[in-house]
Amino acid sequence: MTKKVPVTISSKRLRREFVKKVKELSGQNLQLCYQCGMCTGSCPATANMDISPRRIIELARLGLEEEIAGSRTVWTCASCLACTVNCPRGFDLSKVMEAIRLLTLRKNIDHVRPEDIPPQERCDLPQTAMVSGLRKFTG
Amino acid sequence: MSAKQTKKKSATRAVKPRTKKPAATAVKEEKKIAAKLIPIYIMGKRYEVPEGLTIMKAMEYAGYILIRGCGCRGGTCGACGTVYRKPGDYKLQVALACQKTVEPDMYIAQIPFFPANRATYEFAGLTAAPEEVFKLYPELFRCVACNSCTKACPQGIEVMDAVSALKQGNIAGAAQLSFDCIQCGLCTSRCFGELAQYHMFQLARRTYGARIVPRAEHLAEMVKAVNEGRYDRFLDELKQAKEDELKKVYQEREVEPMAAGEDWKPKDTRYL
Amino acid sequence: MSLAYYPGCTLKTKARNLEEPAVASMEALGFKLDEIPRWNCCGAVYSLADDDLIHQVAPVRNLIRVKKQGKTELVTLCAFCLNSLKRANLLMRQDVEKRNTLNDFIDEGIDYSGEVKVVHLLEVLRDEVGWEALSQKVKLPLRGLKAAPYYGCTLLRPREIAIDDVENPTILGDFLKAVGASPVDFPESTRCCGSYQVVSSPGDIAEYARPILNSALSHGAEALVLTCPLCDYNLGRGQKELAKKQGGFREMPLLYFTQLLALALGLSPRVCHFDLNHGSPESLLKERNLLPQGESVQLIGGQQ
Repeated sequence: MTKKVPVTISSKRLRREFVKKVKELSGQNLQLCYQCGMCTGSCPATANMDISPRRIIELARLGLEEEIAGSRTVWTCASCLACTVNCPRGFDLSKVMEAIRLLTLRKNIDHVRPEDIPPQERCDLPQTAMVSGLRKFTG
Repeated sequence: MSAKQTKKKSATRAVKPRTKKPAATAVKEEKKIAAKLIPIYIMGKRYEVPEGLTIMKAMEYAGYILIRGCGCRGGTCGACGTVYRKPGDYKLQVALACQKTVEPDMYIAQIPFFPANRATYEFAGLTAAPEEVFKLYPELFRCVACNSCTKACPQGIEVMDAVSALKQGNIAGAAQLSFDCIQCGLCTSRCFGELAQYHMFQLARRTYGARIVPRAEHLAEMVKAVNEGRYDRFLDELKQAKEDELKKVYQEREVEPMAAGEDWKPKDTRYL
Repeated sequence: MSLAYYPGCTLKTKARNLEEPAVASMEALGFKLDEIPRWNCCGAVYSLADDDLIHQVAPVRNLIRVKKQGKTELVTLCAFCLNSLKRANLLMRQDVEKRNTLNDFIDEGIDYSGEVKVVHLLEVLRDEVGWEALSQKVKLPLRGLKAAPYYGCTLLRPREIAIDDVENPTILGDFLKAVGASPVDFPESTRCCGSYQVVSSPGDIAEYARPILNSALSHGAEALVLTCPLCDYNLGRGQKELAKKQGGFREMPLLYFTQLLALALGLSPRVCHFDLNHGSPESLLKERNLLPQGESVQLIGGQQ
């Protein structure tokens, strides 16, 4: 269940480099979002997220990198593209989520280690799961 | 490098007798009989080495004593994996130092060892299922099919295809494709996904040989026959034979011709 | 008629129950699914980063193999593969700079600029066989089977690669009608099953499955018809966990559309490998008399 997050907006906390990198990696114009919440409404994973997709976009364009880093939202995203397809402004949230994940992964900080997946699951999981999981969660 | 150090000489040159001579003349003499020298760069430093030497011999000529990255010297142990480049060419080339002869201006570096993840397992407890590989080497799924491994293989193996076979659960395919693998590790050193391909292939080949390939029936029959003593009498005869008898038997032995068909039989059929 | 076919890694092992009935059915319909030579893993997911090229290499290389064969259409059966291959194909068609860089890097001898068309088997059934023609070939109409068509995400999103309408797809429902079943439309038919989250947060999978299964059940479905092996795994695993967590949760049989196709065309259930399904359909199929007399589903212990 996503919750309200009190946020202090100040120029001291705005990480311009972060905003720039997110824009570059995602190729999206973060200013397009007008916070309508269609994305959150169509997201199947909000039950597992602490900050909603809509709020992530707002935090991203304000450059509030620490708040995003402390949240599990981008790692709970399943790239199902429901948000992208429903956004009335044609804004691709899935790419912004990927960009934020990559900013961590490309620092050689993985979200999942293959050896932490239980051995029986490595046998049972379809290959599509192993390939896509390792692509999204390891650098 | 000592003036008395012997060098590899071309087979067509007469070998001049070596006598003790003052250093200056000895050097001049060496230049007269030396093969043409070409420049190569070992770990960035320039050396002049005789043309026609292998990379390994050239490194030793240059004074390096190889205690690692050197093994069979015959192209099968995989210890001397080497990468090199030529000036002006972005392409990275690979070779085995004991097999490849030096080329002018080669920039070489040896990769005698590259850290590679090797899973611990009891082979006896594994089945022939591809899931065993998935379990032991989950990083297999990090492969992005970039083909860097294939480009890095000095044996010309289609490494990417063999990894692909593993992902598809085709153990036999991976075993067959990786047959020529000598475990040099160059593929692992270049892998984008940080896979240890050669360890995975070794598991595939072991599984293939032990659990998938059908047993050779005629071999089992032969072993049974030997153990039952069918050849004991003949072996005893040979053991008791005198030296000239043995020599005669050996010289008159019949050898199966190279082009023999399935139905070829020797003249002496006692041993069949 | 021969169709260039890309199976994907999963269909060769875990999802033989998706592929084998498909190959057999298409043969019965006069089509040969010809596997392209030397195919490699497509990468499963399309890389969403603007600067990422290395992850496009895998799907593009497969498309080059199709082009080398002289074929212009590639049929795929795995939903992930469809998504990955089709998006990569679009990239090669639309982005000149990336296309050139990729062609330079991929040393397969020829350049590729999106000449091949990537389609899903459902599209082949709709466009090249036709629902009418398919109905006429049906030997065992699946009458009385109230099956809910479940699309998942990768066949319909993003819009550029969707095989049908994104909001209101009908292709799987039309297929079910053509084979004589009664499709049960339900609102969550395009809701994601959790996808690769099963790798990092397997505990979340039950909550992905719950709204999908509840919605299908409440609309009167007695089985879910799937197109993707990961959906099969996630929904199967999710519903088992839900059944453990809350008593009375009814587990649903999970079927692939290709298994229904094979049954409807009168092929032997052996080709369907029902024992590999993560939500066993045996009792339901028996109840509806959809398993030919004397044939039974071989179950692997524990798969009930």
